[in-house]
Amino acid sequence: MGSNGGGFSFDLCKRNALLERKGMAPPSAWKTGTTIAGVVFKDGVVLGADTRSTSGSTVADKNCEKIHYIAPNIYCCGAGTAADTMNVTAMISSALDLHRYATGRESRIVTAMTMLKSHLFKYQGHVSAALVLGGVDLNGPHLFTIFPHGSTDCLPYATMGSGSLNAMSVFEAGFKEDMSREEAMALVAAAIRSGVYNDLGSGSNVDLCVITKDGVDYLRNHELLMGKTYQREFPVKYPKGTAPVIKERVIPLTALEITEGEAMDTS
Amino acid sequence: MLPRPTTHSKALGPGVAGPELAVATSAVLDRPPQPTAQRPLSGAQAFSVDPSLVESADGPRQHTQYPYVTGTSVLAVKYAGGVMLACDTLGAYGSTKRYKSLERIIRVNARTAVAAGGEISDFQYITRLLEELATDDYRTDDGIELGPREVFSYLTRVMYNRRGKMDPLWNSLVVGGVEADGTVFLGTVGMIGTHYTDSHVATGFGAHLARPMFRERQSDDMSEADAEALLRDALRVCYYRDKQSINKFQVAKATGEGVAIGKPFALETKWDYKAFAAPTKWAIGAW
Repeated sequence: MGSNGGGFSFDLCKRNALLERKGMAPPSAWKTGTTIAGVVFKDGVVLGADTRSTSGSTVADKNCEKIHYIAPNIYCCGAGTAADTMNVTAMISSALDLHRYATGRESRIVTAMTMLKSHLFKYQGHVSAALVLGGVDLNGPHLFTIFPHGSTDCLPYATMGSGSLNAMSVFEAGFKEDMSREEAMALVAAAIRSGVYNDLGSGSNVDLCVITKDGVDYLRNHELLMGKTYQREFPVKYPKGTAPVIKERVIPLTALEITEGEAMDTS
Repeated sequence: MLPRPTTHSKALGPGVAGPELAVATSAVLDRPPQPTAQRPLSGAQAFSVDPSLVESADGPRQHTQYPYVTGTSVLAVKYAGGVMLACDTLGAYGSTKRYKSLERIIRVNARTAVAAGGEISDFQYITRLLEELATDDYRTDDGIELGPREVFSYLTRVMYNRRGKMDPLWNSLVVGGVEADGTVFLGTVGMIGTHYTDSHVATGFGAHLARPMFRERQSDDMSEADAEALLRDALRVCYYRDKQSINKFQVAKATGEGVAIGKPFALETKWDYKAFAAPTKWAIGAW
């Protein structure tokens, strides 16, 4: 009766409904309220993400990692419910590990994409993970978006999350085909910055991940955006001797009388 | 009910004492105010519901629930010497592109331009109110013309009063212009009366797509050519990503010399990236 039997597995839905009827409030999910983005350039893919994780209106994690490892040549940014993105990407990463042992070959991005979309479609959107999947394989650089209900798109540039519109405006204004590595990194960083500065759900820092056929550059905290903007001015420190001494009285401590009190009750 | 002259103060609705109310209050009569069952002390017109409406087939008069023919975002930036407002020329009827040549920017007087997104019929009503306002201003013949800040305040009060009656004018307005002393003014008024002024404003989708670009690239002393280029880029991005838009735009400039609403134009767009052409090229059989 487990998920190995194929089809949909909604074992716990009846139990959840019963609990809600009895008055138990379901725990609210930690969302990532995010800006994630990816761009294909001449030699590979640049993925970018902000680092703020929110629980309602509170910032739960100021510096979380949203770019998840899938394979040595494939990384995936995740937006939506943090638990869903972390666990789904970890599951597919393990599955791809086994797949590499079985086939003896480097993983392809379309394989990861197909595994992810099949899993998400099986759960009909209840697994709230919106992903930007990118990597380089034998056929070149690829970038895919995967929506929580299981649809995918193959794109040259993609954004997801609450800051996706803000980041997309940067891409639509500045994307060119066959960019260099530096141009692509600057464009993705600008897109994530646009999300951080214009969306409340995104914040803190910019992470970048540059994937080419020669390897991966995981640039954690590539830009720190929430620096101190105000420096408090300390009051003037007057040098010793500025104030004239009028009277001086020194009490040596040996002249003090100490009366013993009761011992402290440390029970 | 005696017929009363139509003035723009009627925008505030019945039962509210407007500035041009000519009622026999105690101020003009030589006896103390006498409240009656029909007329309250304030001298305002008493509220009453027209009986024919209550018995009508639709029931009592309903307030605005949702918009029908809508315009999408409006973008505006300040530059050296003036303000530039831009929007597309679409009036959408739900998902249909029904009216493709709608002018959503109007010239109020030589100093002020107003643009609107949202329900078009409400904007046409606001246009009529502003025409009456400008005509009344001309009639006073005092050599002073209403400035953009005054038009902005007037529109704020109109919108908020309608909101108070739970019958809003379903618009997001942008007011831009140059005051008599040369200062440049740009402000926005929402459908519930929220209003603020800034160096750049955008309503609707433009708030998400265009404002980040404005925050990066706009400055109050930018040249006219730069401002025009920035607005065109922002309009292009809005056209790419807003489903309720068309590739036909209008830009209006309000400067010290007056308000000039330009002719509609189209923008170059790019749809032929290599990656769009064959998405499943490397995954034959993928879906």
